[in-house]
This record gives sequence, structure tokens and C-alpha cells, in this order.
Amino acid sequence: MSDYQTVEHDVLVIGAGGAGLRAAIEAAASKVSVGLVCKSLLGKAHTVMAEGGMAAAMANVDDRDNWKVHFSDTMRGGQYLNNWVMAELHAKEAPDRVRELEAWGALFDRTRDGRILQRNFGGHRYPRLAHVGDRTGLEMIRTLQDHGIHQGIEVYMEQTVTTLLTDGGRVVGAFGYDRERGRFKVFKAKAIVLATGGVGRAFKISSNSWEYTGDGHALAYNAGADLMDMEFVQFHPTGMVWPPSVRGILVTEGVRGEGGRLLNNKGERFMFNDIPDLYKNQTAKDAEEGWRYVTGDKSANRPPELLTRDHVARCINREVKAGRGSPHGGVYLDIAWIKEKIPSAQDHIKKKLPSMYHQFKELAGVDITTTTMEVGPTTHYVMGGVRVDGVTQMSTVPGLFAAGEVAAGLHGANRLGGNSLSDLLVFGKRAGEHAANWARQQGAGRIDEAQVSQAAKQALEPFDRPNGENPYNVQHSLQDMMQDKVGIVRTEADMAAAIEGLGALKKRASGVGIAGNREYNSGWHTCLDLPNLLCVSEAVARCALDRRESRGGHFREDYPEKSKEFANHNTVVRKNADGSMQLRREAIPAMREDLKQVVEENK
Amino acid sequence: MGKATFRIWTGQAEQAGFKDYATDVGEGMVVLDAVHQIQAETAPTLACRWNCKAGKCGSCSAEINGKPRLMCMTRLDQLDLSMPVVIEPMKSFPHIKDLVTDVSWNFRVKKSIKKFKPRAPDAPDGTWRMQQADVDRVQEFRKCIECFLCQDVCHVLRDHHKHPEFAGPRHFVYTAALEMHPLDTEDRLGQMKDEGGLGYCNITKCCTKVCPEHITITDNAIIPLKERVVDEYYDPITRLFKMFKPRK
Ligand code: SF4
Ligand code: SF4
Ligand code: FES
Repeated sequence: MSDYQTVEHDVLVIGAGGAGLRAAIEAAASKVSVGLVCKSLLGKAHTVMAEGGMAAAMANVDDRDNWKVHFSDTMRGGQYLNNWVMAELHAKEAPDRVRELEAWGALFDRTRDGRILQRNFGGHRYPRLAHVGDRTGLEMIRTLQDHGIHQGIEVYMEQTVTTLLTDGGRVVGAFGYDRERGRFKVFKAKAIVLATGGVGRAFKISSNSWEYTGDGHALAYNAGADLMDMEFVQFHPTGMVWPPSVRGILVTEGVRGEGGRLLNNKGERFMFNDIPDLYKNQTAKDAEEGWRYVTGDKSANRPPELLTRDHVARCINREVKAGRGSPHGGVYLDIAWIKEKIPSAQDHIKKKLPSMYHQFKELAGVDITTTTMEVGPTTHYVMGGVRVDGVTQMSTVPGLFAAGEVAAGLHGANRLGGNSLSDLLVFGKRAGEHAANWARQQGAGRIDEAQVSQAAKQALEPFDRPNGENPYNVQHSLQDMMQDKVGIVRTEADMAAAIEGLGALKKRASGVGIAGNREYNSGWHTCLDLPNLLCVSEAVARCALDRRESRGGHFREDYPEKSKEFANHNTVVRKNADGSMQLRREAIPAMREDLKQVVEENK
Repeated sequence: MGKATFRIWTGQAEQAGFKDYATDVGEGMVVLDAVHQIQAETAPTLACRWNCKAGKCGSCSAEINGKPRLMCMTRLDQLDLSMPVVIEPMKSFPHIKDLVTDVSWNFRVKKSIKKFKPRAPDAPDGTWRMQQADVDRVQEFRKCIECFLCQDVCHVLRDHHKHPEFAGPRHFVYTAALEMHPLDTEDRLGQMKDEGGLGYCNITKCCTKVCPEHITITDNAIIPLKERVVDEYYDPITRLFKMFKPRK
């Protein structure tokens, strides 16, 4: 039996990005004891990479905006597979969450009259994104961090949770290790909030940090929770494509929000050639109207570059496949052209897009104020995740909550840019609040020693195989396969092959080994990430195989159209008693009448 | 581009030392890519921190050929690859293993600094109005990614180990951001003068030179803080004035 240390909290939050920090702050505000576990150092979570902004209908820039328009935009973007309860709460509560950040010290860019400035973004009808240049995520996480450290929250940095501990179906704790020394720890808790983010490391080309190995998804699944909508993975249309080592790094949508245009190698602005019906009457007729829109003319419609991410990503993919791409397999994104329109364009670009300027300058040797960028799709976000109650964020396992990217529902089949940061705040707060309520109503659970020793044994297995396969090799094979077979364009045959491939990879993963000791051993950490990556990959592949249509982030070459048959259900997976993955289709509850009307009015 | 050698500080405590690793290098690669490649090929246990690989999280700080830098933002084509590229952990913090150091001291210092305290909302809608010009200078400080490279290079910490009595440039930037925040009402000058050891800084500007976010740490944060401290604590007229009027 391995040694372990036990700590105890009313609420344990796993993950310290925007959602986790916000949940911890909220729970601490209601005077329960809160522990916050993060895989990295505090303040380094993937949230720092968010660039564009957070969507909230504050109507500071365009007074026609309100929660109803935001709600309708979110539902349209998600192709109506969204949990409309969440979409409503999100649209209504986001403005307060943004103002609250300001009260905690965040400094957003300002309007002329001194209010919070809001910018245009794909799929949002009005300028709606509160932002700080193109480093909004950093501002958000730092504000929450600097506020959070004074709220009496116990922070456990560089610790990884490998298993949730249950007692009669209810969650009562978590088992994990600290990365620094490799010591085991049991966190006893009456309620647990998962805020672990996404699954992007399952793919080769990804904008996501190493932490995005689907931990929360897998923890919840293994504890018996439902995962939902896992077929919907968002490929962000603009990632860097050159040089190879930076492939996948995000190029913010803000570039297009400021007027950036997409061009193929013939210099053609190809986005004008394919505008979906759902968006016909909201899209600019020509370049001139598009420019008027991005410069704030309220009578103009948005340029097609600002259509939803799934659509833009597919258009880029098509240009490249048709041989109209850039030399390194992308297309061109051009912001330098705005010098035709504004005299001080160079300074304007540097001021509005400072990190993009910096990023291209340092990593690609490209000056974006004079030269076009090469961009292509990159794995960015998973809409699917733990199925939760829209109001409380509790999963199907009592005492287990989820918020942010790890939770499903708000975004349906496709997430709008800017709706993620607001999601983190709105549902982070809700999860924290309801987890605290839940914790107050529960007695302490019983920690089952057998579960603990099983978890410890599993965690140490890779050391029993010092000559086992290198875990990095297995991880790379998985990333290659998922990219290739379950990526942006999918077919029945590819995905069936992927599911078979996953079986083989599982075998390999059970044979990985590592030498050395438990102290800050990167290879060991990778061994323990593998089962999570495999679990979420299987969920993505199975759900994608079942959905024989194209919708939102999910595109099937063999079923390129939307289908009525698939319009009214979510795909849900759960772990069978024998350990296999069971899939079912779950009908979406009919939308409340008043909300239906809201959607109708904003068509 | 062929092969290059990376001389990496590996191991723990007394057993730590340099070890050479050769690996293939290609166009556009950064130091962090080489380290990852070495992990995957020959040294799976090699420890290094990283998250974003885009210069945004401040995790991958190290000393490359003696210079404090982010590994993910240091391109190999800017280094002389005819010689081994030397990669070492930061020196101002206790070593843990390989390229990883214990930076927890920074988190403790930050927590000890008085938190943000806004004035009551005074706009009709229950919030505040702020002009872009007034937030601009604070936004510069808020670009900080907490890479702690400035702490690493500062001689007060690196050579004189004044950790218990010196907050370091990162926390001067943090304090300056709070002090110059248009809404803040707290006073941290006494704290910086005493516990923060602001006087130890002799404006060598080494911190500014290494900051990957190009924050003008000395000119824009430290010097104004020093001036305010002088005004507040050493200038007789201000002191007299202070007897009648609160500072903010
Ligand atoms: S200027 Fe001051 S804080 Fe910066 S490195 Fe020199 S002594 Fe340290
Ligand atoms: S001030 Fe600059 S060097 Fe110092 S921690 Fe912040 S980003 Fe790093
Ligand atoms: S990995 Fe984030 S700054 Fe280098």
C-alpha cells in the first residue's frame, strides 16, 4: 500500500483556469472550505491564451444589443443543439460577470465615454466582446487569480488528479499526485467541481496547451457520468501554419474583427463565394460594406470572414484542397491592406493586435503590418463534455459538477468566439454556488481504501515496465491518427478505422513504461495522461460515427448536409458495467414558448 | 538544418550537472521544440515547464547560453549552433530537477501585497467611467506573464539572495499597476519601502532588458514608485500637507 496524505475540503475545484477560479471564488464567498487543484502553476492555465474577448450584451457600443439577441446568436451558432436553459442564463448573466471582473481590478479597453469597449466577432450580431487588446484571457485569469488569493482558498499547484473516489454513486473525493515529488494525495470533498478544460492534445495540430488531455472528461466518465456532444470539436479557422514548429498556434479572430480578409493564392477573397442561407441576410454584399461594418457603421452587415468558425474553417480547407492555398498548406490572412483605408494603419494594427504582431514577428519573422499571414485550421475547442444540469451545473453523478469547456450544453454544435470566456464566468460562478450549497447539505462521505489503493497501483504501473514503450510515441501515434481520421473532414470508413486503431493504441498504452523516480518525471506524467486522451478520443470517434449528417463543428464528407433526423437530439455516452462505451441518442427538450419567440424575432 | 547539440542541466541536488543531447533541428524551431524532441527521443524523464508554446503563459523560463529567456520564444536560427546550446534552470530560485525550479516564493510575495481596493462606483449605472489614456499605462504592467525572468536576472535576488526583504521587479510592476489603477484607493508605498525593499534596487535596468513582454520595468514602474516614496516619506512639504489631507 502506497503512502498518501489526506486533505479535506467542503468543495474541491479541479482546474484553475477561468471557470475553476471563478467557481472557487464563489464557493469561498459562501464560507465553505475550498481547495483548488491546478496541474500547472497558478495563473498559467489555458485561459491565458484566449485573445479576442468575452461576449456580453452590455450594449456599450451598439444600443440595439440585449440578452435576447445574444441568446439567439448563440443558438443559431450552435445549430439549435444547445441546452437552451444554459444559453438563456449565459446571455442574461454575462454582463454582470464582466462588470464584476472590473470591480476586481480588470482593465478593459474603453469607449470614448469611458465605458467598457466592445468589439465585433464571428457570429455575434453586434459588437459584443469586452476585451483588452488581444490578451483578454490573460487579463481575466490574472484578475481572478489576484482576487482569488485573498479569499481563503487553499491552492494546490502542480498536482494532477487521476481518479475520482465515490461512495454509493456519490462523489466523495479525488486521488492524485503532486508533480514535483510524485507523492500521492487524497482530497476528501463533499462536492467536486471539474473545470479542467478541453481535449485538444488528442489532435496533432492544436492551439491547446499540454494540459488539455481531457482529464475532467475522463474522470467524470470513469465515475459514471454522461458525456454529451463529443462529436463536436471546433477547428479554429486561423492557426499559424509556418514554420512547422508553430503549426497550430492560434491567430485571433480579432484580426478579422479589425478588418482582416482571407485570400487564396489567386488573390481572391473567397469567403464571398459561399455564404450559408442561415446567414444570408446578415452578411455584407461586398468588400465595401464589410469594411463599413468593422469600422462601426450600424447600417452595414458583417464581412463573410466573420461567419461562424466551423464554416470559415471548411472554406479554408476547401481552398487548400482545390490547390488554391498558400505554399505551406494554408491561405492568406491580410490585415496590412487596411493601410488603403486608414493612414496610421501600422500603429493601429500594433495597438489593436499587439500579441499577434509580436507572435508573427518573433516566431515566423513576418511583419503583419506589411505582409500577409499564412493561416489554416487548428483544433481549438470541444463543445462536448460532461452533461450537466443547466441551472446547477451538476453532472449525472451526485456531488460532481462541471463548468467551462469540460461541460457540455451551452454551445451546441458550434461555439461562437467570445462565448467561452463568458461561459467560464457565468457557469463557473453557478457551479461554485451550487457545489457549496450541495456540500452544506451533505454529511462527509466515506473514502473507500480499496479505491485508493487501486488508484495508487495504477499510477505506479509504468514504473514496473522500465523497458516498456516510450509514452511519447503512443501519444504521437494517437495525435496523428485523430488528426487524420476524426479531424475536420470525416467519413464512415475513416472513423471506423479510428475506432479500431484506438483499440490497438489502448493495448500499446497499457504497455508503456518509464524509468527514473517519481520526482518531476515528465515521461511518467505522459504515461498517466494517455488513458484520458484515449477515453476522450473514443468518445469523439463514436459520437461522430453515429451522427450521419454535417452540423456545426462536425463535418461528414459522406453526409455533407444537415439532416432532420439528427436535428433534435444530443449524442450521449456512458461507461457500461463491463467497461465498454455505451452510446445513446437523447431528445432535446422542447424550447420554452417565450424563447422560441425570441429566436423567431431575431431570425 | 542538420543536428545540433544541447547542453542541458539535468538531475537533482548534488547529482545535477550538464549533459549533452544531440537532436535534429529544422526551420523555425525554438529551443522548447528541441527540448521536447529530446524528451521524446532519449530523455523521457527530463523535466521542464511549459504550457502555451506561444510566449503567453510564462512557464518555460530558463537560461539559454547564459541569458534568461523563454524557451518557446527563442528561435534556434538566432543561436550559434556550431557550439552546444547551453540550457540551464533559473538561478534565483531553489532547484528542483532538470530545468524546473521552485518559484513558490513569488506567489507568497504577491499574496503579501495589499490587494486591489476600488473606490465606490460613481457612474449612474453603478459602475465606473475610465478614460483609455488613464488605463493605458496600467495596461502596460498588466501584460506581465509572470515568467519571473526579471526576478532571475536581478542581482539583489540572484547574487545577494535578499528574498526575505526584497519583493523584486515583478512585484514592483504588480504594485505599480495597483497604485496607478484609476480606481484603486489603497496605499502600498510604505509596504514597498519597508517589506518590499524598494531601496535595494539601484536601477541597473537588467530586469527591463530581459522582460519578454517589453515592459519598461525600471522607467515606468520602479522609478515612479521610488519617486512616490520620496514624496510621501521624505519630502517635508508633502508630509506637512499630509497631516491635513488623505493621500488619494
Ligand atoms: S533595475 Fe532594480 S529591480 Fe531591476 S534588475 Fe536592476 S536592481 Fe533589480
Ligand atoms: S515583468 Fe516581464 S520579466 Fe518580469 S515576470 Fe513580468 S513578464 Fe516576466
Ligand atoms: S510555454 Fe508559455 S511562455 Fe513559453
